[in-house]
Amino acid sequence: MIALIDYGAGNLTSVKKALTALGADFIVPSTAEECRGVSGLIVPGVGHFSSTTALDAPWRQAVGDALQAGTPLLGICVGMQWLFDGSDEAPDVPGLGALSGRCRLLKGNTELRLKVPHVGWNALELPRASRLLAGLSSGAYVYFTHSFAAPVTADCVASTTHEESFAAAVERDGVFGVQFHPEKSGEAGLQVLRNYLRLCN
Amino acid sequence: MLTKRIIACMDVREGQVVKGVKFQELRHAGDPAALARRYNVEGIDEVVVLDITATLETRQALARTINAVAREIFLPLTVGGGIRSEDDASAAINAGADKVSLNTAALRHPTLISILARRYGSQAVIVAIDAKRRDNGFAVYVRSGTADAARDAVEWAREAEMRGAGEILLTSMDRDGTRSGFDCDMTAAVSDAVNIPVIASGGAGELRHFADVFTRGHADAALAASIFHYDHTGVADVKRYLHAQGIPVRLEC
Repeated sequence: MIALIDYGAGNLTSVKKALTALGADFIVPSTAEECRGVSGLIVPGVGHFSSTTALDAPWRQAVGDALQAGTPLLGICVGMQWLFDGSDEAPDVPGLGALSGRCRLLKGNTELRLKVPHVGWNALELPRASRLLAGLSSGAYVYFTHSFAAPVTADCVASTTHEESFAAAVERDGVFGVQFHPEKSGEAGLQVLRNYLRLCN
Repeated sequence: MLTKRIIACMDVREGQVVKGVKFQELRHAGDPAALARRYNVEGIDEVVVLDITATLETRQALARTINAVAREIFLPLTVGGGIRSEDDASAAINAGADKVSLNTAALRHPTLISILARRYGSQAVIVAIDAKRRDNGFAVYVRSGTADAARDAVEWAREAEMRGAGEILLTSMDRDGTRSGFDCDMTAAVSDAVNIPVIASGGAGELRHFADVFTRGHADAALAASIFHYDHTGVADVKRYLHAQGIPVRLEC
């Protein structure tokens, strides 16, 4: 059973539809307590980093406990950014801190018409093997919509370039994150979700 | 590299796709979910569903349509047509839309842009601008192109961005349905004036029109309806053509 955490992020319906299509059993817990004993935790997200303030102490505790127990955690978009220390988008809002680094505003490039927000399909570069991205190759296209991004660190298993390189996917032990929207990235995205579900079983 | 997006638009009336159709072709227009499935196989990047009747009675039918499309394809889905309030937008998003497209309501109540951007994020809010050339500018029209809004498209696009719009969907009324090509000058004028992506619409008829709007028109995405519905030109043809022209597109699926 996967817990899909609803903290008011806009893409909950889309993630639910994708999980349903993949035949996953999931709940949308109304309290942090209900996360106990689940086989996976998904923190979706889209929009502003400040929306993660809804993930207050009890939720952080539940997510932390699940990670301690080896339960795979998947953050999507803002949900992935939340795995880090924080984001310049809402400097006073602490992230989970499961991964080190801070999310920053993409620079863009006016001359080259590289706009921010970065919206659309962009390619993944895969520097090393990844459990989350198994079956995908470098150059696979996925759908992004964001202005802030996490840095490329040792935890980065896919990077994408939009004027500068940023972490498109991260993986460290049981902590997984994708800046793109696997629920909106066609077959490539469904493959990522399938991989994650397999890790939960 | 960020690719240029090809977007299919489906005008929906009573649960059926009807846009750009001569009356006798109506029966071929078909079921939105079936069309969406075909576009997905052909490599469409995004789908827009426009409710062209948008009356209270059709609201539930629209929710069913959105739901049916969103169950079939795992691609960004925009819903527009008659989104007048926060409630209309939430209903669309709860049914499975990722973005809502505001037109008349955004001009009448510009604060709706900010309200929705705060609630769902800017990425979920598209401001649709219908405009035609006038004098040296681009005059905005509302109410499905029937009423002069007394605004210039470039200036309105800037304001929409400032208020929190995440994308602009710019339709040339002069070109819509003509298949004579996108209005590249208008698209470039708007695209150069804002930092958010601009989706060009109106006038797609031939492959080269897509290349034009991405190069001369500085568009981030191009939207078409009838040429895709009836297989005049397939999505895959457009993408292969653009790729051959050196324009970045998502090819594999």
